[in-house]
Amino acid sequence: MQEVLGSAGPQAAHIESLWWFTLAICAVVFIAILVAVGLAVMRRRVRAPTPPDLSVLTKKERGAEVAVVAALGVSLAGLIVLTLASFVTDRALASLGPPDLEIDVTGHQWWWDARYDDQDKQKIFTVANEIHIPVGKPVLLRLRADDVIHSFWVPNLSGKKDMIPGREATLTLQADKPGVYRGQCAEFCGAQHAKMALLFIADEKYEEWAAAQRKTAPEPATDQQKRGRDLFVNGRCAMCHAIQGTPASARRAPDLTHLMSRQTLAAGAVPNSIGHLAGWILDPTSIKPGANMPPNPMAPDDLHALLAYLGTLK
Amino acid sequence: MNPVLENTWRDPPGLLGALSAIDHKTIGKRYLVTAFAFFAGAGILAALMRLQLARPENTLIGPDLYNQLFTTHGTVMMFLFAVPVMQGMAIYLVPLMVGARSVAFPRMNAFAYWVYLFGGLFIFTCLALDFGPDAGWFSYVPLAGPQYTPGKRADVWAQMITFTELSGLLAAVVVIATVFKLRTPGMTLARLPLFVWAMLATAFMILFAMPSVMVASTALILDRLVSTHFFNPAEGGDALLWQHLFWFFGHPEVYFIFIPGLAFMSSIIPTFSRRPIFGYPAIVMSLTATAFLSFGLWVHHMFATHIPELGKSFFTAASMLIALPTAIQIFCWIATMWTGRLRLAVPMLYMLAFFFILVLGGLTGLMVASVPLDLQLHDTYFVVAHLHYVLIGGAVFPLFGAWHYWFPKITGRMMSERLGKWQFWLFFVGFNVTFYPMHHLGLRGMPRRVYTYTDEMGWGPLNLLATAGAVVIAVSMVLFVIDVVTSLRRGALAGDNPWGAGTLEWATASPPPSYNFDRQPIVRARDPLWEPPFGLVPEPTHIVGLAERTREALVTTVQDAIPDHRLVFPNPTPWPFVSAVAVSIMFLGSIFTPWAIVWGGIPVALFVTLWFWPKREETDQAIAIEKRP
Amino acid sequence: MRWLVLLALLAAGCEREQRQYQLPTVQASFVKQGHVTTEKNAYALSQGKTLFRWFNCSGCHSNGGGGMGPALMDDKWRYGNNPEDIYASIMEGRPNGMPSFKGRINEDQAWQLVAYVRSMSGWARKDAAPGRNDSLYPGDPENMRDKRN
Repeated sequence: MQEVLGSAGPQAAHIESLWWFTLAICAVVFIAILVAVGLAVMRRRVRAPTPPDLSVLTKKERGAEVAVVAALGVSLAGLIVLTLASFVTDRALASLGPPDLEIDVTGHQWWWDARYDDQDKQKIFTVANEIHIPVGKPVLLRLRADDVIHSFWVPNLSGKKDMIPGREATLTLQADKPGVYRGQCAEFCGAQHAKMALLFIADEKYEEWAAAQRKTAPEPATDQQKRGRDLFVNGRCAMCHAIQGTPASARRAPDLTHLMSRQTLAAGAVPNSIGHLAGWILDPTSIKPGANMPPNPMAPDDLHALLAYLGTLK
Repeated sequence: MNPVLENTWRDPPGLLGALSAIDHKTIGKRYLVTAFAFFAGAGILAALMRLQLARPENTLIGPDLYNQLFTTHGTVMMFLFAVPVMQGMAIYLVPLMVGARSVAFPRMNAFAYWVYLFGGLFIFTCLALDFGPDAGWFSYVPLAGPQYTPGKRADVWAQMITFTELSGLLAAVVVIATVFKLRTPGMTLARLPLFVWAMLATAFMILFAMPSVMVASTALILDRLVSTHFFNPAEGGDALLWQHLFWFFGHPEVYFIFIPGLAFMSSIIPTFSRRPIFGYPAIVMSLTATAFLSFGLWVHHMFATHIPELGKSFFTAASMLIALPTAIQIFCWIATMWTGRLRLAVPMLYMLAFFFILVLGGLTGLMVASVPLDLQLHDTYFVVAHLHYVLIGGAVFPLFGAWHYWFPKITGRMMSERLGKWQFWLFFVGFNVTFYPMHHLGLRGMPRRVYTYTDEMGWGPLNLLATAGAVVIAVSMVLFVIDVVTSLRRGALAGDNPWGAGTLEWATASPPPSYNFDRQPIVRARDPLWEPPFGLVPEPTHIVGLAERTREALVTTVQDAIPDHRLVFPNPTPWPFVSAVAVSIMFLGSIFTPWAIVWGGIPVALFVTLWFWPKREETDQAIAIEKRP
Repeated sequence: MRWLVLLALLAAGCEREQRQYQLPTVQASFVKQGHVTTEKNAYALSQGKTLFRWFNCSGCHSNGGGGMGPALMDDKWRYGNNPEDIYASIMEGRPNGMPSFKGRINEDQAWQLVAYVRSMSGWARKDAAPGRNDSLYPGDPENMRDKRN
């Protein structure tokens, strides 16, 4: 699910075929050199220092010269082939058609923010740490970083691209097979670099998913859920998080409007379940030490109310 | 043994004498011992990291400590082990190989060593005090910048760079001047041992590459301490600028660790093949070509940034091209072994390991040189495997071979063949068990510099295997230490030339006297001890007529080593040590306040002045010699 | 003697460099202690600076220069400049606009903010106070400010 050699789209497939080609050539070279060294070692051996063979200073070593020059010629040819193969693949990578969908992906310490762009401003929506895309269509990612350098990498779909503060990079990719592809930040970005993952989901029902994500959060139905929402909006949560359709609109942490539609919490650190969610809220540092989410000790009643409300954010 | 020369050239006795020592062999040995100590220290850090990664979700080491560990491991291995250990080898061996009595600028040489020692102690002390650097050995901004690394951790890194820069640049100057001006008559450039050629190339590379990282680390510390904006995009700075400056140094650095490895290969293979090397001119040209080309590859560390594609293609081609000079050397060595009669002593085993490990690392290097492949492999464990195959296979294995090879010269005693073989095989097997699985981990998506990973990623078994390999390496290192310690006490006496080698360092006693040669030989061939048989050539065979009661030496011309003039070398003095202390205090202080440069500069200026203050007695002596003939 | 120096270094280094990812939740009676460690700790000060930005304190205080709210980097402190007073200002609020953040921010975060606010007028150790941010800001950063009373 996070494999270089398990391509699920044209970009990764181009690179994968280049990999096998390069590997074949390199393997031949490696074996050839080992064989040559092995034969050289086995030819003539001595146990103690013998007088050096100085005859080589006066005679011409025609055989060895020819062999070295020939080996050099073969190496040069091999290198040229590898370089050309690399260039051809490079061109192939640039040939993906115009994108059907444009997403702004921003790296934060230590989570991913994704904003789905649209001509119609009403249809723009934001998700975090889980990006769905349609199957078989090119998607353009505009990559930025909010704090330090991160690197966007979903190996099954494409090579990586650095996200550098003050600059914008783009990456076009396409998923041909539906599935869940895991990605992970590839540039060291501080304490929790290890737990900065994202799920990239090639979704056959992309349009349905997008339509659901565009909706604002549902109104709480029960009293407990209402209490949970009040805790969220008037308490600590809303200082950093946003839920569309409520006054909570801060952008310092993942948008939680459809929290429960996601498979993981805390950028892939733990699976998304009520138990993990409770643990994450109470004591994030035990899951992700150094994360910017502070511990939130609270009374059991409050916690249950908050969880009940968050549970409605499907 | 010549008592007059001994009296003239030896280092003074006692503690003050130890601090005043300027004999290149003393300094060289100190470099080697210090560098191996740092190697052990950084190796222990690596072992801790391997323990943490041995199983998924391990809680042995938290992210904060882990980040300090891998940063310090990388920094120490690159800056405080790999480069200085090679420079130490050069400082010990180059004067012996070119038939000189001393290195050029012996006091500066001692100063460079002290600065290096203090820099190394400094970073380990900081790690012990919980402020070891934690932004990676590459210290990318903005992570290492003022906003994202609070406290002094990144400053420790930047200032450690300053220490090693200073030391490395000075040692490079020493090597270059020694090679160019102190060769014994007759040793033309065309007869220079390949070891010396390689060290010369390395020294020039250091001279041109290190200023780049010095600029970068100074800019970083200025950004952090006095709020300049070199790397602040909002004020017109640029985060990518750091990467260009760092890798413009960082890539050549890989090669100035690797080229000394080639130097060991080219010295040891002919000795154990019992013939002069095949293709001397081709190897010299290859070394020079590698030195030049290595400055044109730095962008291949930055393929994942948005540099224009055409520009990246150029660096792909250049990165592929640099494989050629190394290939030439490999073919020449194979030809040498093929046409010679091999003796498989321990040093030669390490040379053979090079062909396995380095060639594999070089081939994965071709993979990461290609832009599309690098986009997948960059910053994964594949690269961790690649770089350890290249650096350990290309530099550390040859270095251990070189250690076994020159140990008899340096100490006068042989190392144990039996323990040596055990250690070799444990190291070789342990190395491959540790690092080979990392190729697969990289392909299976494991990024570098992660302190843990979840079970479902499936990286657990291979990581456990790698950790097991690390244990084997640790055992082999323990054996190595045992071998060194017992050989020092009870090893067989070596004699002048135990391996029957052909270069000049084997012409003198083991260990060499402080003045290196009783009589400095005149050279008429590439392997003076082999061709023609040493001592059977027409006169003159040795330099005569130099004063023995002062440190007088013959300076020769750069190209043909024709006698040029006589030079009196300086005597031992503690001022280089004192100056190094003052410089270290200035560097340390400047982590906390810019005023340290101003106030700390005063004692430095004072001590350096005292260092160069001429003594009437020495001047008189020099004048007296001038008048004589 | 050497050991004493080393120990002193150790203490200073640890206090400054520790990454207190998990601050013990500060009890009211330990208020003083909470602030002492926080103010010497570079990570806590830096977190304070981040929160100052995230919670939009600059909306009124404008990077400490003052605007709708009072300036924080000068020597005039309406409600006192000792940590407890600043903590009270943040958590309880003050008349004429300063809202109460009680229940909206964590106590640890409040102490980090207190430490940072004091560093704005040079009250934190210079070797621990934050350097410049990667943003537009014309003035001296906190680690270059001298103490004002």
